[in-house]
Amino acid sequence: MFKILEPNKIFQITSKAPKYVLFLFIIVLTVGLSEALIFSPEDYKQSDAVRIMYVHVPAAWISLSIFSSITLLSICGYIFKNKNFFLMAKSLAPSGFIFNIIALVTGAIWGKPTWGTWWAWDARITSMLILALFYGMYLLAWRIYEDRDQVFKISTLITVFGIINVPIVKFSVDWWNTLHQPASINILTKNAIHSSMLLPLIIMTAAFALFSLLIFLMKYNTELIKIKNKGLDRL
Amino acid sequence: MYGRKVKLRLAFILLVLTALILTIFLILKSLEENVVYFQSPSEISELTELDGKKIRVGGMVKKDSISLTSDQLKFIISDFKNEIIVTYSGVVPNLFEEEKGVVAEGYLKDRNVLSATKILAKHDENYMPPEVKEALEEK
Repeated sequence: MFKILEPNKIFQITSKAPKYVLFLFIIVLTVGLSEALIFSPEDYKQSDAVRIMYVHVPAAWISLSIFSSITLLSICGYIFKNKNFFLMAKSLAPSGFIFNIIALVTGAIWGKPTWGTWWAWDARITSMLILALFYGMYLLAWRIYEDRDQVFKISTLITVFGIINVPIVKFSVDWWNTLHQPASINILTKNAIHSSMLLPLIIMTAAFALFSLLIFLMKYNTELIKIKNKGLDRL
Repeated sequence: MYGRKVKLRLAFILLVLTALILTIFLILKSLEENVVYFQSPSEISELTELDGKKIRVGGMVKKDSISLTSDQLKFIISDFKNEIIVTYSGVVPNLFEEEKGVVAEGYLKDRNVLSATKILAKHDENYMPPEVKEALEEK
């Protein structure tokens, strides 16, 4: 099982793919930014402040989905005792953490002119902060614990605790009164966002996803090189 | 297909997750009053006692209710069932408007009057260009 995850085969991909991903990322980001900053219309109510949303929302989405992926990978690694999953999870974490911080900071910048405050302890914002703390714990665990088996267990434990927070982030705006507005994009009902604003949002999400993929490939490549150099650390 | 240990570990993770979800659910359920960022005028009207603590009230700014005197702003927050009068002196955010969402933080004078120390505008989930808004209003 997991024959496809042979380090040598993956290494061939991870050492070559980044330059293509980088190329694609630059194109998609250029299109996304020009759509978001120049071609998309301003909002009827908040005018140009809406443009912050094209960074804020994709960053929040990506950080949530990366945390979910980390959890899934860690649990799989734990159940099947496969180190490779842990290394993938480790390589994904930094970009997820950075996007989480970006979401919090851009949210504060948007909040000041629209709500009238940088920060509010409402359920959405607080749960997003808690997610950042879990990311921090996860990244620190990898730095603190030298022993492989120990770090695998502890990082898995952190993700299992942290994953409970992910649906809370998502549904906090529906479950409780929050200052943060509810989701504008709904799969089942009509979107509350106009299509001319939805397009740059989707392109920017693709750009951020490509960026995460790029960082992931580079980090993962480093992990594989480390294993190769050690020689004895077989997967 | 999989070894016994694999199944045991899967069962262990599922048990841990279930236990955690239930625990967090119970905690949040019991803390509901503190998790909400603001209360509606209806919830305020159902309060049994006023304890003089700082609270937040949220709802819509009632149409034609904003009145401005030299040192005070006065308006009504409504949730379409109950209303609460808010007095405030200070700067309001740009998005503070009639028939839009608002959160007022302050102290209750009585069940119907809030003396606010801070006003926050609540943005809704609707995003659209001005032309589309105009077209919608014409309909």
